Amino acid sequence: MSEGSPVYIMWLRQVKQYLRSKGRIIGSLGQPILFLVALGFGFGHIYAQSTGGNFIDFLAPGIIAMSILFTAMFAGIGVIWDRQFGFLKETLVSPVSRFKIMWGRTLGGATTALLQGIIVLLITLAIGFRPSLVYLPLAFVFMALISILFTSLGTALASRMEDMQAFPLVMNFIIMPVFFLSGALFPLDTAPNTLKIISYFNPLTYGVDGIRGALTGVSHFGLLLDFGVNVVLAGIVLLIGSRMFSKIQI
Amino acid sequence: MKSGENAKNIIEVTDLLKKFGDFTAVNNISFSVKQGEMFAFLGPNGAGKTTTIKMLTTLLNPTSGKILLNNLNPSEKKNEARKSFGIVFQDHSLDDDLTAYENMEFHGVFYGVPKKIRKERIESLLKFVELWDRKDDFVKNFSGGMKRRLEIARGLIHHPKILFLDEPTLGLDPQTRNHIWDYIKKLNEEEGMTVFLTTHYMNEAEKISDSVAIIDHGKIMKQGTPAELKKSTKTDNLEDAFLKLTGHAIRDESASSADAFRNHARMWRGKK
Repeated sequence: MSEGSPVYIMWLRQVKQYLRSKGRIIGSLGQPILFLVALGFGFGHIYAQSTGGNFIDFLAPGIIAMSILFTAMFAGIGVIWDRQFGFLKETLVSPVSRFKIMWGRTLGGATTALLQGIIVLLITLAIGFRPSLVYLPLAFVFMALISILFTSLGTALASRMEDMQAFPLVMNFIIMPVFFLSGALFPLDTAPNTLKIISYFNPLTYGVDGIRGALTGVSHFGLLLDFGVNVVLAGIVLLIGSRMFSKIQI
Repeated sequence: MKSGENAKNIIEVTDLLKKFGDFTAVNNISFSVKQGEMFAFLGPNGAGKTTTIKMLTTLLNPTSGKILLNNLNPSEKKNEARKSFGIVFQDHSLDDDLTAYENMEFHGVFYGVPKKIRKERIESLLKFVELWDRKDDFVKNFSGGMKRRLEIARGLIHHPKILFLDEPTLGLDPQTRNHIWDYIKKLNEEEGMTVFLTTHYMNEAEKISDSVAIIDHGKIMKQGTPAELKKSTKTDNLEDAFLKLTGHAIRDESASSADAFRNHARMWRGKK
């Protein structure tokens, strides 16, 4: 990705927009903090009594994944925004392949989601999360993978939508079950079988498990499986998303 | 620039047809534009102007018919065709959250203009449209006229052979409108650039264009120089000629039904 490449300049644009919007950064921290405080401190005792572990240690990776999920999926709204305000035309009429436009967009959105995840990680540290820092780079890999996975998903969906009001509704319709059924809030080991099976079909489950495994050493599937599933899914969704984006009509 | 009698055609359109469902937006039109010409494409709202421009600029594929743009077929050689024109859209297409310079830079990179040349051209173009001292301001703080000037400058970074201007002066005050036509005229005369424009200001079209085509209900009613059009309709200005050829009825209906058809077509495509 050289300095003069369209993928780079598209990425740069997305990241600049994010960094310039302080309200967006701060505003999207409210929800993870609320979850951490309300659930972390609220259920902490019960969790400690039944498992003997520290709930914040269990919950923090899930909340990091949640903030990435939200930021990444909502990065897709940029497509609808650009359609509304005309900038999409400027890119679609240019001699750059739509695949590259999509990749630049996705990498940019994924970068902002990853940054958001890192900020939340720092907040969890302040709240009392004590991860093993040896595998921190590995946790970043998992964070990056789910960032790419869900940004391409959000972008793909947005390229088929023209309605600015519908997008957040559709997103919440998808995000909420994905988040709640991912093992971000409760341990899969002791969950009822039905819930367990549902969560096995949820892409976020493997991301949460990977981040948790890297940061706390406790993983349900094992890091190798988590990694494999995330790489394959991110690749597939990025390809399907690129195809959907390339068919976009003005 | 007055093009010579035997200048070659840079745009050639033959039997171009575009349908959205049952609705025919552009109905078998043929016309040509000579290299270096100022060509005005005029018509009432919903006549098919924007649909035609979208087909010429690769944003829509024709239902049938043939387009040659700088000797390229835009629906086959999309990317090559895209390099040969610049476009200023009817509505806003800048990124408001970037500065004027960043918008220019983005365009330059997207069109593969090498870094050194990019820098020089951005500077000279921003000076040309008198925005150089505002280059680091965010576009959202610009007035309508400044945005338009920036869009024109942006469309020129990659030195296009043809510049498409879809109502470049819409919604601007007379001072700014005159200013913008001055820039465009200068580009046309000094660089020999072909300009394909649409406008509803007939007096402006009459003043600046070498050749005019009038489209209505998806058909070309007449093509020629402004003088020829006035002569053949026995009128003494282009506005009267235009009204004589297209009638006095108000055209909002056809515009909105065309849009409705488009939305339908889109919706069905999206659902498949």
